[in-house]
Amino acid sequence: MSSRGIAWTRPFAAIGRAAGGFFAAFGRFGAFFIEAIRSLRDVTTWAPLLVGQMKKLGVDSIPIALFLAGFTGIVLALQASYTFTGAIPLYFVGTLVGKTMILELGPVLTGLALSGRVGANIAAQLGTMRVSEQIDALETLAYNPVAYLVLPRVIAGILMFPIIVIFADVVGITAGWFTAINLLDMSTEEFVRGLRLFHDPFDITYSLIKMTSFGLIVTIIGCFEGFTTKGGAEGVGIATTRAVVTSSMLILVFDALWAVVLLQP
Amino acid sequence: MIEMIDVHKSFGEKVVLNGFSLSVEEGGTVSLVGFSGAGKSVALKHIVGLLEPDSGTVRVDGQEVPKLSRDALYELRRKVGYVFQFAALFDSMTIAENLAMGLIKRGGYSREEIEERITDSLNRVELEGFQDRFPADLSGGQKKRAGLARAIAFGPKYLLYDEPTSGLDPVTTAVIDRLILKMRDELGVTSLVITHDMGSAYRVSDRIAMLYEGQVLEEGTPDEIRNASHPIVRGFVEGKPELVEQGAAAKG
Repeated sequence: MSSRGIAWTRPFAAIGRAAGGFFAAFGRFGAFFIEAIRSLRDVTTWAPLLVGQMKKLGVDSIPIALFLAGFTGIVLALQASYTFTGAIPLYFVGTLVGKTMILELGPVLTGLALSGRVGANIAAQLGTMRVSEQIDALETLAYNPVAYLVLPRVIAGILMFPIIVIFADVVGITAGWFTAINLLDMSTEEFVRGLRLFHDPFDITYSLIKMTSFGLIVTIIGCFEGFTTKGGAEGVGIATTRAVVTSSMLILVFDALWAVVLLQP
Repeated sequence: MIEMIDVHKSFGEKVVLNGFSLSVEEGGTVSLVGFSGAGKSVALKHIVGLLEPDSGTVRVDGQEVPKLSRDALYELRRKVGYVFQFAALFDSMTIAENLAMGLIKRGGYSREEIEERITDSLNRVELEGFQDRFPADLSGGQKKRAGLARAIAFGPKYLLYDEPTSGLDPVTTAVIDRLILKMRDELGVTSLVITHDMGSAYRVSDRIAMLYEGQVLEEGTPDEIRNASHPIVRGFVEGKPELVEQGAAAKG
């Protein structure tokens, strides 16, 4: 084959390699996920570690979630007022703050923040354990490492992320109300009127469903990247970055997916 | 008894084990020596099912390790203590908690019995009073001894040592060698030691096998290996690269 012919095939070969790599990684993740489900029966291994992980991944993440939600609520109230500019009654500020916090910004911003805090932490910790043979050591001591390391983290994420988002929603809306009555010349009655105007109890269910899925995504991706870490410190760095990037992207994908599935009339 | 027969293992294009065979008799101590990157640790990991062979047989106590169910494999691992090259201590736990892990998993011990076993294991490796220290507070030699204490805490029948003396000074190396012999004499364990330290291999082994290009090139008693005629083996044990090059050229 001429060199010109070889050059022509290179882009296709590169695409083929990339596609092959993607499907191989997808297959490895599928096997890891199935192994996690199979390990659920090893309750005596993961259950005693669950409360500790709920504190570490959940309770300890509440301050950052509340910080984000508080400032988001302030900005939402001010931007709503700025956008309405007298054409729309000001009590709609309450509607916009409530709906946006509960349906979108509460779960998504909290999810993205926790993909950095929780996902990176898990990937770095398990990655370090992988490269220093601590995971192999667990296996030689007859522990199922998936039951010991993965399940407590994933179950804690699934249980705690929805609780965190409830706090975030409440703080975000409270910050929006505080801004409205102090900076926008609104009364509490007006803000609450707007808040209740289009409120649907399903909104909260929707927020919790989203956050549960984000809890699963952030923790399982962090665990997978940590478990499959190769090399030394550089490998741990790569795994940590991939955990944050992949889980952030999946949060946005699932955000759109839940909107399509659950919000379409 | 540990038996590995005609084991092949590759990682992608890289062939690591290529018809590797080795056996360790009950109560014996065999050292597997070879160049860095020869595949010694890969061979060791097959024995506890951390790696599966592409083909060949790996047997421990007559059980074929790759064919064991998950539960049976965990049962087998309760008979095997593994001393890792860099100790692989759980760095978020104290030394006592590290040692307790295997005992808790094995089950059937009261809290007092666990504490007793931990104290006994630490005394055996000359780390009295180290229960509440963290791995980060230990020197390299102390970490290796703590790793050994964790491996013996649950009373294994087999001990696998992965480079137990690498990176240690000569005195600490001699201490570790003495401990390996002590484990054999006091606990009656069957041991397989991975090392490239020939002095250590001569001191602790009944038999020595040399791994080269994925196979056992030579196996014998320490004296037989010391006086081996094969140029690669002689080059390795005497530290003479020119002999190794000559042997490799002759081997083609």
